[in-house]
Amino acid sequence: DVSRSASSLYDQTRSNMKVNKKTRVLIQGITGKQGTFHGKQMLDYGTTVVGGVSPGKAGSTHLGVPVFRDVKEARRETGADASVIYVPAPFAAAAIHEAIDAELPLVVCITEGVPQLDMVRVKARLLEQNKTRLVGPNCPGLIRPEECKMGITPGHIHKKGSIGIVSRSGTLTYEATLCVGIGGDPFNGTDFVDCLTVFLNDPETKGIILIGEIGGSAEEEAAAFLRDHNKGASAKPVVSFIAGLTAPPGRRMGHAGAIISGGKGGAEGKIQALKDAGVVVTTSPAHLGATIFEAVKNK
Amino acid sequence: DSEMLGRAASRIAASQHRAQIITQLRQLNLQEYQSKGILDKNGCSVQKFVTATSLQEAEEKLKDFNVYEYVVKAQILAGGRGKGRFIGGRKDLGGVHISYKPEEALSATKEMIGRRLVTKQTPKEGVLVEKVMIAEGVTIKRETYLAVLMCRETNGPVVVASPAGGVDIEHTAEVSPELIFKEPINIREGMTDKQARRIARNLQFKGDLEEKAAVEIRRLYELFLKVDATQVEINPFVETDDGRVFCVDAKMNFDDNAAFRQREIFEMEDTSDKDPREVAANKLNLNYIGMDGNIACMVNGAGLAMATMDAIKLNGGEPANFLDVGGSVSDEQIMKAFEIITQDANVKCVLVNVFCGILNCATFARGAIAAFKNATIPVVVRLEGTNVDEGRRLLRESGLSVITADGLDDAAAKAVAAAAK
Repeated sequence: DVSRSASSLYDQTRSNMKVNKKTRVLIQGITGKQGTFHGKQMLDYGTTVVGGVSPGKAGSTHLGVPVFRDVKEARRETGADASVIYVPAPFAAAAIHEAIDAELPLVVCITEGVPQLDMVRVKARLLEQNKTRLVGPNCPGLIRPEECKMGITPGHIHKKGSIGIVSRSGTLTYEATLCVGIGGDPFNGTDFVDCLTVFLNDPETKGIILIGEIGGSAEEEAAAFLRDHNKGASAKPVVSFIAGLTAPPGRRMGHAGAIISGGKGGAEGKIQALKDAGVVVTTSPAHLGATIFEAVKNK
Repeated sequence: DSEMLGRAASRIAASQHRAQIITQLRQLNLQEYQSKGILDKNGCSVQKFVTATSLQEAEEKLKDFNVYEYVVKAQILAGGRGKGRFIGGRKDLGGVHISYKPEEALSATKEMIGRRLVTKQTPKEGVLVEKVMIAEGVTIKRETYLAVLMCRETNGPVVVASPAGGVDIEHTAEVSPELIFKEPINIREGMTDKQARRIARNLQFKGDLEEKAAVEIRRLYELFLKVDATQVEINPFVETDDGRVFCVDAKMNFDDNAAFRQREIFEMEDTSDKDPREVAANKLNLNYIGMDGNIACMVNGAGLAMATMDAIKLNGGEPANFLDVGGSVSDEQIMKAFEIITQDANVKCVLVNVFCGILNCATFARGAIAAFKNATIPVVVRLEGTNVDEGRRLLRESGLSVITADGLDDAAAKAVAAAAK
């Protein structure tokens, strides 16, 4: 049984998402257009980038860091413990497999358009091990403000604080202002429950923002998790926004995972489930910041 | 557990209900003859058939096609063909005609091609029938239901099977959930013999038929993987009087992300049933879905696009579309996107909500200025993110009369106000 709920092995890798200034990051696909542009942004932000992977350009230097043939070699030579993947969709899954082969603790895959079948195979592997945590694909990545940016979020909009943010949507995350974009695909490496676990256990996180959307049942699962684990005196305030209240049924709104079908996966159900779990659900993503601020203040 | 079944069944059911929804799906939709062609090519049992786009072609093809029973089926994407009727056609003729003489099959073909067929799942004006399938009829003893789909809950393929075939699976899920069997497949092991036979038994195939059905089930599973399908639904999956097993109708959905490695299938797509705006948008790699309102939207990021639509409604307006221009939109795409969303005479205002991450505000502003130059309706622009000051400056100094907005809610409120004027 490889169902998500049965894997406590993979769950052990959740804390690998807690990156900081000391995290040593590789860039897979560093010599490509996206890799070069965002790699530079990451370096400018202050992320500790220690190398890149680009099979054809092994042995060269790019953006001031050495380029290696594969992740195993890169890890061995640089001591890297994380990587960001900017590899085109047809090859992204292979890049993830490479990182799992090297037992890299954290892999963030930005790429949009990875075939579902490829991701189903990646996920089957992930669930049977406890070394590598995957975030994504099809996500903006994660950022620990002022310390480490692994992805494409505009760094200047995030300030160091005490709010943990997890979102399926990239640009909606920016609206809200550790921020983890888990991405919009139906089969991905990290879900809400993974991030909530990290946030609930992190003493620096005082409040949580969860941004969801139509399709699937990740938000309902998050609500059930919060009902069980975020209660009593130590409960942390959680504020949420769910996009797609007005989405028509049967359509796939952009993200491969955002589809309402047969009456399931709609926004109303998610909003109610979250409210029932004590989450404050706002009508606009723009209100998330102010609402969580108030909630944390009043705790 | 039954909740999970219900969800899987519902998702399957969605494929049957899909044509009920007026706006067409963006997903690749194949005609019945195309789906059956794929099944046939991959060793699955389908009834022998020919297709024709004219009476002459039908006459030609029937010369070498001699069967006991002829089933003529109009090839349209919508369901409900049997009970449908042709505009200007015979009152007793639906989209499916059965006869035992080739002359009658030809006569039905003549009646169907070139007419519009109206069914419960088509818009009022029906759909033009350009092609028919003429298939070998088989005597159906029993109808079952069989589908393979990707399931989030089990992280892999799941086979959903029910001996109650030929009917709406969602209905079965409601009234007799015990008749729905779910078999999750381990993606690394594939479908085992044991699993294939268990599914066949759940479908009540007995004796020799159990093995025949098991073979068919295994082939469908292999096909599902091979073509990067997200769903393959056979309803009905049939047992005939003479002990054969057939896929009598097939609906397939494909993973758009796999288009790069499934060119043959994606090139089969028939876009004539689709909203032309969506077809145009897809050609430009823009994510577009048409809706009914009068405020057109252009947004980067699907989540933000959905939230923008929500914000418009919250402010009392109605979105005319969903449009995600993505993270690396070019000047040409901005121009074309603007054209597409303003093509609709209903549109009274355009709301542009762009929060630049990968995208650069200055780059977007330049493209927008070129695109909105000839706008005859109000344009509300909310720009934020990477290089925002430069982007805003460019807009200010462009001389264009765009309404600038600060924040998502402000943008939505202004758009609703502008559309109401």
